[in-house]
Amino acid sequence: MKILVVGGGMGGTILANNLARRLSAELKSGKASITMLSASDKHMYQPGLLYVAVGKMTPDELYRDQVSLLESSITFRVDPVTKFNLKENNVVTESGKQYDYDIIVISTGSRAYAEGTPGLAENACQFYTEPDAVKMYKSLQNFEGGKVVVAVGVPHKCPMAPLEITFMLADYFRERDIWDKVQLHYTYPIGRVHSLEPVAKWAQPEFDRLGITYETLFNMKEVTPDKVISEEGTEAEYDLLVTVPSHKGMQVIEDSELGAGGFIPTNRTRLNIEGYENAFVIGDTTNLPISKAGSTAHFEAEALAENIASTIKIGTPVRDYDGKVFCFIEAGEGKATYAMFNYQNPPDPKAPTKGIHWFKTAYNKMYWASARGLL
Amino acid sequence: MAERKIVDAKNTFCPGPLMELIGQMKMAEVGDELEILSTDQGSANDIPEWINKVGHEMIDSFEKEGVWHIVVKKTK
Repeated sequence: MKILVVGGGMGGTILANNLARRLSAELKSGKASITMLSASDKHMYQPGLLYVAVGKMTPDELYRDQVSLLESSITFRVDPVTKFNLKENNVVTESGKQYDYDIIVISTGSRAYAEGTPGLAENACQFYTEPDAVKMYKSLQNFEGGKVVVAVGVPHKCPMAPLEITFMLADYFRERDIWDKVQLHYTYPIGRVHSLEPVAKWAQPEFDRLGITYETLFNMKEVTPDKVISEEGTEAEYDLLVTVPSHKGMQVIEDSELGAGGFIPTNRTRLNIEGYENAFVIGDTTNLPISKAGSTAHFEAEALAENIASTIKIGTPVRDYDGKVFCFIEAGEGKATYAMFNYQNPPDPKAPTKGIHWFKTAYNKMYWASARGLL
Repeated sequence: MAERKIVDAKNTFCPGPLMELIGQMKMAEVGDELEILSTDQGSANDIPEWINKVGHEMIDSFEKEGVWHIVVKKTK
Protein backbone atom coordinates (compact mmCIF):
# COMPACT_ATOMS: atom_id res chain seq x y z
CA MET A 1 0.00 0.00 0.00
CA LYS A 2 1.74 3.14 -1.23
CA ILE A 3 0.65 6.32 0.57
CA LEU A 4 1.76 9.60 -0.97
CA VAL A 5 1.55 12.87 0.98
CA VAL A 6 2.01 15.98 -1.15
CA GLY A 7 2.91 19.04 0.90
CA GLY A 8 5.09 19.37 3.99
CA GLY A 9 3.22 22.06 5.90
CA MET A 10 1.35 21.59 9.14
CA GLY A 11 -1.41 19.37 7.74
CA GLY A 12 0.83 17.05 5.72
CA THR A 13 3.39 16.73 8.51
CA ILE A 14 0.87 15.91 11.25
CA LEU A 15 -0.93 13.47 8.97
CA ALA A 16 2.24 11.66 7.90
CA ASN A 17 3.55 11.35 11.48
CA ASN A 18 0.19 10.23 12.87
CA LEU A 19 -0.17 7.66 10.09
CA ALA A 20 3.39 6.40 10.53
CA ARG A 21 2.69 5.63 14.18
CA ARG A 22 -0.63 3.93 13.46
CA LEU A 23 0.94 1.84 10.67
CA SER A 24 4.28 1.13 12.31
CA ALA A 25 3.92 -2.65 11.90
CA GLU A 26 2.83 -2.36 8.26
CA LEU A 27 5.70 0.02 7.50
CA LYS A 28 8.20 -2.28 9.20
CA SER A 29 6.99 -5.34 7.32
CA GLY A 30 6.94 -3.53 3.99
CA LYS A 31 3.17 -3.90 3.55
CA ALA A 32 2.83 -0.11 3.49
CA SER A 33 5.01 2.88 2.69
CA ILE A 34 4.64 6.61 3.26
CA THR A 35 6.35 9.10 0.97
CA MET A 36 6.16 12.86 1.40
CA LEU A 37 6.91 15.27 -1.45
CA SER A 38 7.51 18.90 -0.56
CA ALA A 39 8.70 22.08 -2.21
CA SER A 40 11.21 22.82 0.57
CA ASP A 41 13.53 21.07 3.01
CA LYS A 42 12.48 23.65 5.63
CA HIS A 43 9.26 23.82 7.62
CA MET A 44 8.03 27.27 8.58
CA TYR A 45 5.77 28.14 11.51
CA GLN A 46 3.61 30.48 9.48
CA PRO A 47 1.70 32.22 12.33
CA GLY A 48 5.04 33.57 13.52
CA LEU A 49 5.17 35.93 10.53
CA LEU A 50 2.58 38.12 12.24
CA TYR A 51 5.05 38.68 15.06
CA VAL A 52 7.96 39.27 12.66
CA ALA A 53 5.93 42.05 11.03
CA VAL A 54 5.80 43.99 14.30
CA GLY A 55 9.30 43.16 15.50
CA LYS A 56 8.33 40.60 18.15
CA MET A 57 10.08 37.61 16.51
CA THR A 58 12.88 37.18 14.00
CA PRO A 59 12.59 34.86 10.98
CA ASP A 60 15.21 32.37 12.16
CA GLU A 61 12.86 31.41 15.01
CA LEU A 62 10.28 30.17 12.51
CA TYR A 63 12.15 27.34 10.77
CA ARG A 64 13.14 23.73 11.38
CA ASP A 65 14.53 21.13 8.99
CA GLN A 66 11.52 19.23 7.71
CA VAL A 67 13.23 15.87 8.02
CA SER A 68 13.82 16.53 11.73
CA LEU A 69 10.04 16.71 12.27
CA LEU A 70 9.18 13.45 10.50
CA GLU A 71 9.10 9.88 11.77
CA SER A 72 12.13 8.03 10.41
CA SER A 73 9.86 5.53 8.62
CA ILE A 74 8.63 8.29 6.26
CA THR A 75 10.48 8.76 2.98
CA PHE A 76 10.93 12.49 2.41
CA ARG A 77 11.80 14.08 -0.94
CA VAL A 78 12.18 17.73 -1.89
CA ASP A 79 10.60 17.40 -5.31
CA PRO A 80 7.46 19.47 -5.84
CA VAL A 81 4.63 18.00 -7.87
CA THR A 82 4.06 19.58 -11.26
CA LYS A 83 1.09 17.44 -12.35
CA PHE A 84 -1.53 15.39 -10.53
CA ASN A 85 -2.92 12.48 -12.59
CA LEU A 86 -5.67 11.28 -10.27
CA LYS A 87 -7.26 8.94 -12.82
CA GLU A 88 -3.93 7.17 -13.31
CA ASN A 89 -3.03 7.24 -9.58
CA ASN A 90 0.26 9.03 -10.10
CA VAL A 91 1.94 12.42 -9.90
CA VAL A 92 4.81 13.87 -11.89
CA THR A 93 7.40 16.02 -10.14
CA GLU A 94 9.76 18.85 -10.98
CA SER A 95 12.66 16.39 -11.33
CA GLY A 96 10.69 14.49 -13.98
CA LYS A 97 10.00 11.46 -11.78
CA GLN A 98 6.65 9.74 -11.63
CA TYR A 99 5.32 8.64 -8.24
CA ASP A 100 2.57 5.99 -8.26
CA TYR A 101 0.27 5.65 -5.26
CA ASP A 102 -2.63 3.71 -3.83
CA ILE A 103 -3.70 6.59 -1.55
CA ILE A 104 -2.83 10.26 -1.97
CA VAL A 105 -3.26 13.15 0.46
CA ILE A 106 -2.91 16.65 -0.98
CA SER A 107 -1.95 19.37 1.49
CA THR A 108 -0.21 21.94 -0.66
CA GLY A 109 -1.69 24.94 1.16
CA SER A 110 -2.56 28.41 -0.07
CA ARG A 111 -0.65 31.59 -0.87
CA ALA A 112 -1.31 35.29 -0.58
CA TYR A 113 -2.28 36.70 -3.94
CA ALA A 114 -2.01 40.48 -3.70
CA GLU A 115 -1.47 40.55 -7.48
CA GLY A 116 -5.18 39.74 -7.85
CA THR A 117 -6.12 43.26 -6.76
CA PRO A 118 -4.80 46.02 -9.05
CA GLY A 119 -2.22 48.19 -7.29
CA LEU A 120 -2.23 46.25 -4.02
CA ALA A 121 1.10 44.43 -4.28
CA GLU A 122 2.93 47.65 -5.24
CA ASN A 123 1.46 49.82 -2.49
CA ALA A 124 0.69 47.69 0.56
CA CYS A 125 2.62 46.05 3.39
CA GLN A 126 1.79 42.40 4.02
CA PHE A 127 3.15 39.62 6.21
CA TYR A 128 2.44 36.28 4.54
CA THR A 129 6.03 35.55 3.47
CA GLU A 130 9.30 36.10 5.30
CA PRO A 131 10.54 38.88 2.97
CA ASP A 132 7.15 40.63 3.14
CA ALA A 133 6.99 40.45 6.94
CA VAL A 134 10.53 41.86 7.31
CA LYS A 135 9.77 44.57 4.75
CA MET A 136 6.61 45.48 6.64
CA TYR A 137 8.52 45.85 9.90
CA LYS A 138 11.03 48.15 8.21
CA SER A 139 8.15 50.23 6.82
CA LEU A 140 6.68 50.52 10.30
CA GLN A 141 10.06 51.61 11.68
CA ASN A 142 10.19 54.42 9.12
CA PHE A 143 6.62 55.52 9.76
CA GLU A 144 6.35 58.65 11.90
CA GLY A 145 2.61 59.22 11.82
CA GLY A 146 -0.43 59.54 9.58
CA LYS A 147 -3.33 57.38 8.52
CA VAL A 148 -2.83 53.60 8.57
CA VAL A 149 -5.45 51.55 6.75
CA VAL A 150 -5.92 47.80 7.18
CA ALA A 151 -7.59 46.27 4.10
CA VAL A 152 -8.73 42.67 3.80
CA GLY A 153 -9.16 40.41 0.76
CA VAL A 154 -11.26 37.25 0.41
CA PRO A 155 -10.56 34.40 0.96
CA HIS A 156 -7.64 34.73 3.34
CA LYS A 157 -5.53 32.50 5.52
CA CYS A 158 -6.06 32.84 9.27
CA PRO A 159 -9.42 34.52 9.86
CA MET A 160 -8.15 36.21 13.02
CA ALA A 161 -5.23 37.88 11.23
CA PRO A 162 -7.08 41.12 10.31
CA LEU A 163 -8.05 41.78 13.93
CA GLU A 164 -4.74 40.59 15.34
CA ILE A 165 -2.58 42.75 13.11
CA THR A 166 -4.78 45.75 13.91
CA PHE A 167 -4.45 45.32 17.69
CA MET A 168 -0.74 44.56 17.33
CA LEU A 169 -0.25 47.71 15.25
CA ALA A 170 -1.95 49.73 17.98
CA ASP A 171 0.44 48.19 20.51
CA TYR A 172 3.42 48.90 18.26
CA PHE A 173 2.57 52.57 17.80
CA ARG A 174 1.90 53.00 21.53
CA GLU A 175 5.23 51.41 22.39
CA ARG A 176 6.93 53.85 20.02
CA ASP A 177 4.95 56.65 21.67
CA ILE A 178 3.54 57.93 18.38
CA TRP A 179 -0.04 56.71 18.89
CA ASP A 180 -1.29 60.31 19.10
CA LYS A 181 0.10 60.90 15.59
CA VAL A 182 -1.56 57.79 14.09
CA GLN A 183 -5.09 57.26 12.84
CA LEU A 184 -5.64 53.51 12.56
CA HIS A 185 -8.52 52.63 10.23
CA TYR A 186 -9.79 49.05 9.87
CA THR A 187 -11.85 47.82 6.93
CA TYR A 188 -13.61 44.48 6.57
CA PRO A 189 -15.47 42.71 3.75
CA ILE A 190 -18.78 41.92 5.50
CA GLY A 191 -21.20 43.96 7.57
CA ARG A 192 -19.45 43.60 10.93
CA VAL A 193 -15.81 43.80 12.05
CA HIS A 194 -15.29 40.02 12.07
CA SER A 195 -16.93 37.02 10.43
CA LEU A 196 -17.66 35.42 13.82
CA GLU A 197 -20.48 37.44 15.37
CA PRO A 198 -19.39 36.96 19.01
CA VAL A 199 -15.86 38.03 18.07
CA ALA A 200 -17.23 41.08 16.24
CA LYS A 201 -19.34 42.00 19.27
CA TRP A 202 -16.21 41.95 21.43
CA ALA A 203 -13.87 43.65 18.95
CA GLN A 204 -16.03 46.62 17.94
CA PRO A 205 -16.19 48.18 21.45
CA GLU A 206 -12.46 47.51 21.76
CA PHE A 207 -11.90 49.52 18.57
CA ASP A 208 -14.07 52.30 20.02
CA ARG A 209 -12.16 52.26 23.31
CA LEU A 210 -8.79 52.45 21.54
CA GLY A 211 -9.88 55.05 19.00
CA ILE A 212 -9.54 52.72 16.00
CA THR A 213 -12.00 53.71 13.27
CA TYR A 214 -13.62 51.12 11.02
CA GLU A 215 -15.65 50.63 7.87
CA THR A 216 -17.49 47.40 7.08
CA LEU A 217 -18.79 46.07 3.75
CA PHE A 218 -15.49 47.17 2.22
CA ASN A 219 -13.98 44.90 -0.46
CA MET A 220 -10.89 46.07 -2.26
CA LYS A 221 -11.37 46.75 -5.95
CA GLU A 222 -8.30 48.81 -6.75
CA VAL A 223 -5.43 50.48 -4.91
CA THR A 224 -3.65 53.69 -5.91
CA PRO A 225 -0.56 55.16 -4.18
CA ASP A 226 -2.76 57.07 -1.74
CA LYS A 227 -6.16 55.38 -1.49
CA VAL A 228 -8.06 52.10 -1.58
CA ILE A 229 -11.19 52.01 -3.72
CA SER A 230 -13.84 49.50 -2.71
CA GLU A 231 -16.26 47.38 -4.74
CA GLU A 232 -18.98 49.09 -2.73
CA GLY A 233 -18.05 52.50 -4.13
CA THR A 234 -16.25 54.05 -1.15
CA GLU A 235 -12.61 55.08 -0.73
CA ALA A 236 -10.11 54.98 2.12
CA GLU A 237 -7.14 57.32 1.90
CA TYR A 238 -3.93 56.15 3.56
CA ASP A 239 -0.36 57.06 4.36
CA LEU A 240 0.51 53.45 5.16
CA LEU A 241 -1.50 50.51 3.83
CA VAL A 242 -1.41 47.12 5.55
CA THR A 243 -3.22 44.28 3.84
CA VAL A 244 -4.41 40.77 4.44
CA PRO A 245 -4.62 39.96 0.73
CA SER A 246 -6.92 37.48 -0.92
CA HIS A 247 -5.44 33.99 -1.24
CA LYS A 248 -5.30 31.30 -3.90
CA GLY A 249 -4.37 27.67 -3.77
CA MET A 250 -1.17 26.49 -5.44
CA GLN A 251 -0.79 26.90 -9.18
CA VAL A 252 -0.24 23.15 -9.68
CA ILE A 253 -3.80 22.52 -8.44
CA GLU A 254 -5.21 24.81 -11.12
CA ASP A 255 -2.82 23.46 -13.76
CA SER A 256 -4.01 19.93 -12.97
CA GLU A 257 -7.63 21.16 -13.23
CA LEU A 258 -8.44 19.96 -9.73
CA GLY A 259 -10.27 23.09 -8.57
CA ALA A 260 -11.02 26.75 -9.31
CA GLY A 261 -8.69 29.15 -7.55
CA GLY A 262 -6.47 26.24 -6.54
CA PHE A 263 -9.03 24.92 -4.03
CA ILE A 264 -10.19 21.32 -4.49
CA PRO A 265 -13.84 20.26 -4.09
CA THR A 266 -13.72 18.15 -0.92
CA ASN A 267 -16.21 16.08 1.05
CA ARG A 268 -16.73 17.95 4.32
CA THR A 269 -16.64 14.91 6.64
CA ARG A 270 -14.54 12.26 4.85
CA LEU A 271 -12.18 14.79 3.20
CA ASN A 272 -11.95 12.83 -0.05
CA ILE A 273 -11.86 14.64 -3.36
CA GLU A 274 -15.36 14.52 -4.81
CA GLY A 275 -15.43 11.52 -7.19
CA TYR A 276 -12.37 9.76 -5.76
CA GLU A 277 -12.21 7.26 -2.90
CA ASN A 278 -8.39 7.14 -2.64
CA ALA A 279 -7.57 10.85 -2.95
CA PHE A 280 -7.91 13.21 0.00
CA VAL A 281 -7.37 16.90 0.75
CA ILE A 282 -6.61 18.70 4.01
CA GLY A 283 -5.81 22.23 5.13
CA ASP A 284 -6.06 25.33 3.00
CA THR A 285 -6.21 23.25 -0.21
CA THR A 286 -9.83 22.20 0.37
CA ASN A 287 -12.72 24.26 -0.91
CA LEU A 288 -14.59 23.75 2.37
CA PRO A 289 -16.28 26.92 3.66
CA ILE A 290 -14.37 26.79 6.93
CA SER A 291 -11.39 28.69 8.31
CA LYS A 292 -8.12 28.44 6.43
CA ALA A 293 -6.03 27.96 9.56
CA GLY A 294 -3.33 25.70 10.92
CA SER A 295 -5.71 24.24 13.48
CA THR A 296 -8.14 23.25 10.73
CA ALA A 297 -5.36 21.37 8.95
CA HIS A 298 -4.31 19.83 12.29
CA PHE A 299 -7.75 18.44 13.18
CA GLU A 300 -8.43 17.31 9.62
CA ALA A 301 -5.05 15.52 9.56
CA GLU A 302 -5.82 13.64 12.77
CA ALA A 303 -9.23 12.49 11.54
CA LEU A 304 -7.93 11.49 8.13
CA ALA A 305 -4.90 9.61 9.49
CA GLU A 306 -7.21 7.58 11.69
CA ASN A 307 -9.46 6.80 8.72
CA ILE A 308 -6.65 5.85 6.33
CA ALA A 309 -5.13 3.56 8.97
CA SER A 310 -8.47 1.92 9.74
CA THR A 311 -9.22 1.48 6.05
CA ILE A 312 -5.91 -0.36 5.65
CA LYS A 313 -6.45 -2.44 8.80
CA ILE A 314 -10.19 -3.22 8.71
CA GLY A 315 -11.33 -1.95 5.31
CA THR A 316 -13.41 1.02 6.41
CA PRO A 317 -13.07 4.55 7.86
CA VAL A 318 -14.10 4.98 11.48
CA ARG A 319 -14.84 8.66 12.02
CA ASP A 320 -15.99 11.89 10.41
CA TYR A 321 -14.16 15.20 10.52
CA ASP A 322 -16.56 17.35 12.53
CA GLY A 323 -15.41 20.75 11.30
CA LYS A 324 -13.37 21.51 14.40
CA VAL A 325 -11.36 24.74 14.37
CA PHE A 326 -9.46 26.42 17.22
CA CYS A 327 -8.03 29.91 16.77
CA PHE A 328 -6.09 32.05 19.19
CA ILE A 329 -6.90 35.77 18.97
CA GLU A 330 -4.17 38.20 19.99
CA ALA A 331 -6.07 41.14 21.46
CA GLY A 332 -3.22 43.58 22.13
CA GLU A 333 -2.17 45.03 25.51
CA GLY A 334 -0.64 41.65 26.39
CA LYS A 335 -3.95 39.80 26.28
CA ALA A 336 -5.48 37.13 24.05
CA THR A 337 -8.52 34.92 23.76
CA TYR A 338 -9.58 32.07 21.50
CA ALA A 339 -12.48 30.79 19.41
CA MET A 340 -13.33 27.10 19.11
CA PHE A 341 -16.17 25.74 16.98
CA ASN A 342 -17.23 22.98 14.61
CA TYR A 343 -20.00 22.31 12.09
CA GLN A 344 -22.63 22.06 14.83
CA ASN A 345 -21.46 24.33 17.63
CA PRO A 346 -20.80 28.06 17.21
CA PRO A 347 -17.90 29.75 19.00
CA ASP A 348 -18.31 31.42 22.36
CA PRO A 349 -15.10 33.39 22.93
CA LYS A 350 -14.39 34.67 26.43
CA ALA A 351 -12.90 38.00 27.45
CA PRO A 352 -9.16 38.23 26.62
CA THR A 353 -6.74 37.46 29.43
CA LYS A 354 -3.01 37.70 29.96
CA GLY A 355 -2.92 33.97 30.66
CA ILE A 356 -4.12 33.07 27.17
CA HIS A 357 -1.61 35.48 25.63
CA TRP A 358 1.15 33.72 27.57
CA PHE A 359 -0.16 30.36 26.41
CA LYS A 360 -0.17 31.58 22.79
CA THR A 361 3.40 32.84 23.24
CA ALA A 362 4.35 29.43 24.62
CA TYR A 363 2.56 27.69 21.74
CA ASN A 364 4.75 29.65 19.32
CA LYS A 365 7.56 27.46 20.70
CA MET A 366 5.52 24.31 21.33
CA TYR A 367 4.35 24.20 17.71
CA TRP A 368 7.17 21.85 16.80
CA ALA A 369 5.81 19.23 19.18
CA SER A 370 2.45 19.69 17.50
CA ALA A 371 3.93 19.17 14.03
CA ARG A 372 5.64 16.01 15.25
CA GLY A 373 2.22 14.81 16.38
CA LEU A 374 3.10 14.88 20.08
CA LEU A 375 0.76 17.70 21.18
CA MET B 1 -27.83 30.75 -19.55
CA ALA B 2 -24.79 29.73 -17.53
CA GLU B 3 -25.26 26.88 -15.08
CA ARG B 4 -26.20 28.03 -11.58
CA LYS B 5 -23.45 27.27 -9.08
CA ILE B 6 -24.41 26.10 -5.60
CA VAL B 7 -22.30 27.43 -2.72
CA ASP B 8 -22.99 25.20 0.28
CA ALA B 9 -22.19 27.20 3.43
CA LYS B 10 -24.61 25.36 5.71
CA ASN B 11 -23.48 24.82 9.30
CA THR B 12 -20.35 26.92 8.98
CA PHE B 13 -19.45 29.88 11.15
CA CYS B 14 -16.12 31.18 9.90
CA PRO B 15 -15.55 32.70 7.39
CA GLY B 16 -19.34 32.42 7.11
CA PRO B 17 -21.82 32.47 4.25
CA LEU B 18 -21.38 36.09 3.09
CA MET B 19 -17.59 35.90 3.07
CA GLU B 20 -17.85 32.61 1.18
CA LEU B 21 -20.16 34.21 -1.38
CA ILE B 22 -17.83 37.20 -1.83
CA GLY B 23 -14.92 34.85 -2.52
CA GLN B 24 -16.92 32.80 -5.01
CA MET B 25 -18.22 35.93 -6.76
CA LYS B 26 -14.65 37.05 -7.36
CA MET B 27 -13.99 33.84 -9.28
CA ALA B 28 -17.29 33.95 -11.20
CA GLU B 29 -17.84 35.48 -14.63
CA VAL B 30 -20.23 38.37 -15.29
CA GLY B 31 -23.65 36.81 -15.92
CA ASP B 32 -23.05 33.77 -13.68
CA GLU B 33 -25.67 32.91 -11.08
CA LEU B 34 -24.70 31.65 -7.63
CA GLU B 35 -27.05 30.12 -5.07
CA ILE B 36 -25.74 30.30 -1.54
CA LEU B 37 -27.12 27.91 1.08
CA SER B 38 -26.95 29.08 4.67
CA THR B 39 -28.31 27.94 8.03
CA ASP B 40 -27.46 31.34 9.53
CA GLN B 41 -30.64 33.38 9.87
CA GLY B 42 -28.59 36.57 9.55
CA SER B 43 -27.76 35.65 5.96
CA ALA B 44 -31.31 36.59 4.92
CA ASN B 45 -30.42 40.20 5.69
CA ASP B 46 -26.68 40.64 5.36
CA ILE B 47 -26.27 38.91 1.98
CA PRO B 48 -28.97 41.00 0.23
CA GLU B 49 -27.52 44.12 1.88
CA TRP B 50 -24.12 43.41 0.32
CA ILE B 51 -25.61 42.48 -3.07
CA ASN B 52 -27.50 45.77 -3.18
CA LYS B 53 -24.53 47.82 -2.04
CA VAL B 54 -22.19 46.39 -4.68
CA GLY B 55 -24.87 46.44 -7.37
CA HIS B 56 -25.20 42.76 -8.29
CA GLU B 57 -28.66 41.42 -9.13
CA MET B 58 -30.73 39.65 -6.50
CA ILE B 59 -32.60 36.82 -8.21
CA ASP B 60 -34.35 34.99 -5.37
CA SER B 61 -34.35 34.50 -1.62
CA PHE B 62 -36.35 31.89 0.27
CA GLU B 63 -36.18 29.62 3.31
CA LYS B 64 -36.83 25.89 3.04
CA GLU B 65 -36.53 23.44 5.92
CA GLY B 66 -34.25 25.71 7.93
CA VAL B 67 -31.93 26.53 5.02
CA TRP B 68 -31.85 29.98 3.42
CA HIS B 69 -31.36 29.96 -0.35
CA ILE B 70 -30.17 33.25 -1.82
CA VAL B 71 -29.61 33.51 -5.55
CA VAL B 72 -27.48 36.29 -7.02
CA LYS B 73 -26.35 37.17 -10.52
CA LYS B 74 -22.95 38.77 -11.03
CA THR B 75 -23.45 41.95 -13.02
CA LYS B 76 -19.97 43.50 -13.08
